[in-house]
Parts: sequence; structure tokens; C-alpha cells
Amino acid sequence: MAIDLKVNGKPVSVEAEADTPLLWVLREELELTGTKFGCGIAACGACSVHVDGELTRSCSVPLADIAGKSVTTIEGLKSADGTLHAVQQAWIEAQVPQCGYCQSGQIMAAVALIERTGSPSDEQIDETMTNICRCGTYPRIRKAILAATGKAAAASAPAAAPAMGEA
Amino acid sequence: MADNPNPDMDVMEPATPVKKKRGIVRRAFLVGGALLVGGGVFGVYWSDRSANARAKALTETGNDHNFLSWMKIAEDDTVTVYSPHIDFGQGTHTAMGQMLADELDADWSKVKVEQAPADLSFANAALGRGFLLSDSSMPGVINALPNAVMAMLARSMPLQITGGSSAVRFTGQVGMRVVGASGRLALIEEAADRLGVPASELTTADSKVVHAKSGKSLRYGELAAGAAERSLTGSPELKSAKDYKLIGKPVPRIDIPSKVDGSAKYGIDLVLPDMRVATIAAAPVRGGKLVSVDEKPALAVAGVEKVIKLDDAVVVVAKRYWQALKGLQALTPKFSDGGHGNLTSETIHAAQVKLCQTGEPEGEAGDGDVDAAFGAPGAKLVTADYRVPFLHHAMMEPFALTGHYKNGKLTLWGGLQDPLTTRDRAAKASGLDIDDIVFNPMIMGGGFGRRFPNVTEIIDQVAVIAKQVPYPVKLVWSREEEVRHGTYRPQSSSQFKASLGNDGRITGWRADYVQSDTAEGEVTFIYDIPAVSRRHFKYQSNQNDGPWRSVNSTQFGFYNESFMDELAKAAGEDPYQFRRKHLAEGSRHRAVLDMVAKRSGWGTPLPEGTGRGIAIVESFGTIVAEVVEATVKEDGRPKVLKAWAVVDCGTTVNPLNAEAQIAGGLIMGLSSAIGEEITIDKGAVVQGNFNDYELIKLADAPPQIDVHFIESGAKIGGIGEPGLPPATPALANALYAATGKRIRTLPLRDQAKA
Repeated sequence: MAIDLKVNGKPVSVEAEADTPLLWVLREELELTGTKFGCGIAACGACSVHVDGELTRSCSVPLADIAGKSVTTIEGLKSADGTLHAVQQAWIEAQVPQCGYCQSGQIMAAVALIERTGSPSDEQIDETMTNICRCGTYPRIRKAILAATGKAAAASAPAAAPAMGEA
Repeated sequence: MADNPNPDMDVMEPATPVKKKRGIVRRAFLVGGALLVGGGVFGVYWSDRSANARAKALTETGNDHNFLSWMKIAEDDTVTVYSPHIDFGQGTHTAMGQMLADELDADWSKVKVEQAPADLSFANAALGRGFLLSDSSMPGVINALPNAVMAMLARSMPLQITGGSSAVRFTGQVGMRVVGASGRLALIEEAADRLGVPASELTTADSKVVHAKSGKSLRYGELAAGAAERSLTGSPELKSAKDYKLIGKPVPRIDIPSKVDGSAKYGIDLVLPDMRVATIAAAPVRGGKLVSVDEKPALAVAGVEKVIKLDDAVVVVAKRYWQALKGLQALTPKFSDGGHGNLTSETIHAAQVKLCQTGEPEGEAGDGDVDAAFGAPGAKLVTADYRVPFLHHAMMEPFALTGHYKNGKLTLWGGLQDPLTTRDRAAKASGLDIDDIVFNPMIMGGGFGRRFPNVTEIIDQVAVIAKQVPYPVKLVWSREEEVRHGTYRPQSSSQFKASLGNDGRITGWRADYVQSDTAEGEVTFIYDIPAVSRRHFKYQSNQNDGPWRSVNSTQFGFYNESFMDELAKAAGEDPYQFRRKHLAEGSRHRAVLDMVAKRSGWGTPLPEGTGRGIAIVESFGTIVAEVVEATVKEDGRPKVLKAWAVVDCGTTVNPLNAEAQIAGGLIMGLSSAIGEEITIDKGAVVQGNFNDYELIKLADAPPQIDVHFIESGAKIGGIGEPGLPPATPALANALYAATGKRIRTLPLRDQAKA
């Protein structure tokens, strides 16, 4: 059975069983492998995408529920001319990724947070950014989110100050 | 320092002869034999023209020229550095590139770093040599090498292992810098001939050779063809620190852009034409076998093509992962329990305690008469028992390895820590010759010790599965498979006893510890104590103990540094001052400890219910002291408010990345302290996913981590692992300071609850 949806602005028709999680549709049918498999139970957030603008852990949403909806993945964040999203740019400037595997999901979560709040507080960052990063990049994730929302002054740029939070 | 196994040797100069030293492991002697026969590893490597010819064939594409395997210069000036080390997020590739490009005087914007092919011609002589010169760091890695690889070692020292925080320390210092410097000299000689001027009048900068007198210059790309044909020196003069342009500078990591736009391809992302996807369920009890399985329910699932029975597992092959997983879940395989069906975490602990009390130690290390110290008149005795659980690596990318068997050759794609050993293991499992195994290394989504081939069964699994299907097959482990079939940091118990003299100094120290492997040769004991005895009692459960980030230094960091706090309390002294007086005056250790106390405001008042804890651990040649400020939340769990780390790794190659490694290690140490635990019931792992194997999240990580480096100029130490060990005891010590509760069993969870 073919199911129609929109992915990164383009209409697609997917031939897959209706219970196939969106994650595997993206990765295996559409070969958009930037969205990662981490746990399969919506516990880690590596598979985070936006569905009709809502932050969604794609490993736990069946394809049937996505019919007619619009999905944005990490590959679809940059603008048509290839310019990176401000959050992606902040991620590079703060040198966030280590192994990088969770970072697509972290960035999608951060973009959703910023779109929702405009300029999130530390508490909002704590509540929303529940994606797991085993490398422990959390301080730089926080810094990048603050920088992307114009709060860069509060967070010292690591390039300028290798010892973070140096007094 | 009572028993620091680090010899005072310098690995900076390639020509340094190998010195014999006591206490080296047997297999390392084999390595040493090879080294001595060759008269210096680099010499062996350098003179191996057939290896260089092979590297040329593997890397040159027409308009570029390979130098000494590890470097290629293209006619458009692009410099490609081939790293024999894998980068799983620790920034090794960037550091390798920085070290080579600095000596080469290359234009950094035109430098690329690529993973070296899994071929002997890219093997890492420097690593073996570096290991031999300071065997304190990774006997676990070396001991685990399969015999076939050891045999190859005896020929030509081929190592591509990434581990033991070794890349920068050994490959970078003894390898990359030498290749860059030697390549630069060849480019200068070529330019001198072309310009008809003496080489002494030429300088280099930004990938150009410049003749200032005439104002002429030649690009490296123009000179590469001729320079690559020249005879290169194996012992060029290296830059001194004041002339570094890239080493020690906060260079942005080269891999990061591809990790923010989704384009980086990890092993699990591989797509090949006609590829199938498989997933697996191994015997829940390690040591168990597959007894029987009815394949029909899986074959009835749409997309499922084949069920494969392995000795201890069942595999479902399908067009897609989801189909394979549904097929697997439809099966009800019967497994035996290998005789381990009664094993639990508690029976393991009871057996360890009994062994420690009544068994014979497997080995003993240390100096001095501990029993005499304990029996001395007026000695105050202190004892404490500690316990740590099995820990899972929880790399975010579950295991995925693709294999394609065709025309008698097996080709593999995936992320594993040592490409050459991967080929060896695949050869054994498939029955093929190692020359018929091709391995294509890919980016790894974390590793932390889990991806060493010697503990990586997925290689065997793919080797067997691939031979049974006519197409490429990607085996993907579910997270549950990953959590339940780990090669864990071992569950371990210890019993500590020490005596204090009238002056409050420690006079004797005994540590009895129970686990599978000895920790000697790796754990560095830093305190100045006249009598020390560390006894290893060997215990092996049915689990497969493996290296976990910073290996034995994790549990020993917790043991030693918790016990030091307990001794400070018994002596009635401040934990910082007590440690300080047991570290030699003028030592790097004392400088690191003093600096962390200073930066953290040690001793300044804190609010009621908040405490500071301090700990210092040397591991992988690097000294790290950390202070954690913490309180207890309403639910009784720790809340880390702030953390400080002071690091002496000699020299930082990339301070920006080094800071990330130390902070990341510190957070992993906090995570394991707070909530991580693998438990065993009926011989099987209880936890199965991130809902019950609890990892730290952003809200519980300290929002600020102050990382400071002391550039002592000492021999370069590792950076990927040493940030971890002090964090766990620093947090436990902070909770003690905050609540008066001494927690001796990990994880901490809500044990500090009022």
C-alpha cells in the first residue's frame, strides 16, 4: 500500500507496511540516513524530526500516522540555497559534536525549542533537551542554543576561551 | 611516587633506542624483539619500500603523489593525511592532521584527513613503539591481540589500534610529525634544484617554498611529483614548541560540518545495491547455545527472506530492518543457559567477597612491608569495602556491520577500533585467508572500548552470515541486543585497609580487589606511602569483561580516591590538604591538585546541604584533578552544580578539542556514578534499553565545567580517557561533604537521601 506524505518540502509516495516506523521509512525507503536509530523506544531522541512542525521521535510513530503530513529531517533544515540553519551554524561555532551520532536529533530538538519559545531559558533547555549524548557534549549544546538565540554573550565561545567558564 | 610504572623515557625522538625494563608483559617482549631486530621501529617502517609502493597504489589517483604512506600531496596543493587511527568522536583525525601539517608548513585550509585503508602499508609502527616505551598504558589492548596479528607484528609492527589514548601520544609524535617534517625537506630539495639556489636560502610557509632573495616561490603541488621520488630522511629535525603554527592551537574539527547536516555516513548508514538487512538475538545467558527454533513464524513476515541459525544465536534476514525485527520477534527460540542459570549480581558479589577473604591472590604489586606498618605501635587502622557494577558502553550507534561474500573474498564495512585485527577475526570466523578479507572502516557513533575487535562478536556473526547469502547483508543489532550482550566494565569488589601514623601520614596501604583481569600495569598509584600492597584476586563470571572508557582507572579512581577521603576524615584533615601532603613536593601531581583547589575556591563557604568533593587520578600518562560541587535533590539523587578539572597532559595539541574530551569524560564519569548499572539475574542481563539503563541527560550535567590545562611540557599524555576517573569519586566525596553519608557501592542513585 502506498502512503503519501511530504518530506523536506517534497511530496513522496512510500511503499511500506503501515506499521513501519517513520524512522525506517526515512532511512531505508528514502535513504535519508541523517536521522539516526538509537533505541527504538523513543527514549534517546537520536531519531528526532519535525512532523507538521512538532518535534517527534520518529522511531515510535508508524507510517500510517504520517499519511498526508509534512516531515522535516536534518537534511531539510538548510535553506534552498544551501545556507545552514542558524542552529546548525551555532553548532559548528560552538564545536558541539564529538562522535556526532546523536547530533541530528539534538539539533532538531533545539530548533523546535527555539521555534516554540523564541529565546529559551536555562530551565526550558533543561526540560526540553532530553536527548541522550553519550559523549557528554551537553555544556556545548546549551552554549550553542543560547548563542543561536542571541544569548552568546552569556556563554563564552570556546574558540576564544579553551577553558570553558573560565573565571 | 611509590609505584609509578611510567619509565622516564622520551618518545619524541624516532631514533631513541628501545630500553629494557622490568615488569613488561610477555607478549610485549615479542614486540620488543621485533623492534630490536629492526633497530628502531621507524627504521623498519621507513625502509619498507614494498609497503610504500603498496600505499602509493592504494591512494594515488593520477594528479597526486604519496609520501611515506601517510601523506599525499596533489598538484592542486591539497594535502591528504591518512590516519591509521579511527576517529570515533575524540578528534584524532584533526589532531593527526594538525601535527603533520605543522611540520610540513602546509596551508591548513588545503589539508584533508582520511581514514587509512585497512592495509599493512598503513600500519602504525609508532603505536607499538610508544606502547613499549611506556607499557603502563595499554597492556590490555596488546595482550588481547590475536596470534596472527602478533605474528604480523613480528614481521613489521603493523598496528592500527585506536585505544589507550594513544593516537596523539605515539602516532602523532613519532609518526605524523616525522612524515610532515621529512616531506618538507624533500620539497625544499626539489625546489632548490628547480630554482638553482642553495636549499639553505629557502623557507616554507602556507604550502609554498619561498626564495626570499629572488622573490620566487614554488607551490607544494608543483613540487610534489619530484619531491615524492626523493630519498627521505627518517630522522628530520622537528620544530620546537615556539614555532608551532597548528599544534597547540584551537583548530576547528574537520569532521564537524558533516555531523551537523546529516551527511556523515556511519557504519549503520551504509546502503549498497541489493543489500539486505539482518538482525539477531543471541542466547540471553552468555555462554548459552541455540537449542532449537521454528523458523516458520519469521518466514511468514512480509519481507523476511531467511532465518540463519548460529551456534548461540538466531538471525533473520529481510529486505528492511523493520521486517527483520518483526520476523525475529515472531520467533520463540530455545537457548541453553550454559550452566549459568543461577547466577545473579548478588551471587557474583558474594563469591567475590569470599574470594577476597579466603582465596589466594593471583598477583601482588607494591613495595614495603604493609603488615609491619599495620602492626606498628600507635598505628590507627582504617578499613573500607567498595563495590562497582557492570557498566555498559552505550555507544549511541548500535553495532552495524555489512558483509559481502563474493568470488571467495569477504568485504566488510563498518566502524571498528582496529581494522587489521578486524580482518584477522573475520578470517578466522569465515575460514578465509586474511588476504581475502577487505575491511572498509567507517565513522563510528561512539565506541568507548566496545569496538575493539577482540570483544566484538558481530565480526564473527557477519562473517558467517555473509557466506550464506548471495548479496551484501548489513547486520544491525537492536538496542536491546546491544545492552544485553555487552562486554562490560567488570563488576568488581575491593577491600581497603590502611594505617595512619601519629603525624597523620599514611604508613601502610593495602588494596585487595576482585575482578577478572589485573589492573597492574595500567593503574598508576600516585601517593607517596612507604608501604603499599595491591593484591589481585581473579574472578570470572559468565560475562565478557571488556575495556570501558579509561578501563581499570574508572573503578580504581573510585576506590582509591574514596578511600583517601575516608583516611583524611580519620586523620581529621581537610581532603585536599591530606592528599597534598602525600604528593611529592614540586611534583606535577601536586601542581595539578593545587590548581584545582585554587580554581574551585576550595575551602570557601558553601550553602547548607551543598558539598565539594575532590579527586586526582593519573591515567594514560595524564594527571587530572577534579572538584565537584553537589547537593541532594528532593528525590535523594545527586544534583551536580558545578565541576572543575585541571589537566596536565604535557602539551595540548588542540585545546578546543582537549577541553571537550575532558568535559565529556567528566560527564560520563558522573553518569556512571549516578545511575548506570547492569545487573544479572538467572545468568542474563536484566536491563534492555535506555529506559532501564540510565544515562545522564543535559538537565543533570553541570551547566558549567571549568577545564584548565597546565602546559608542563612533559611527555604528551592521553586526553580521551583521563577526564573520566576522578569524576565519580569527586561526586561521592561531595555527597559525603554535603550529607555525611559515605557511599561505597555504585551507582549512587538515591543513597544520599536524608
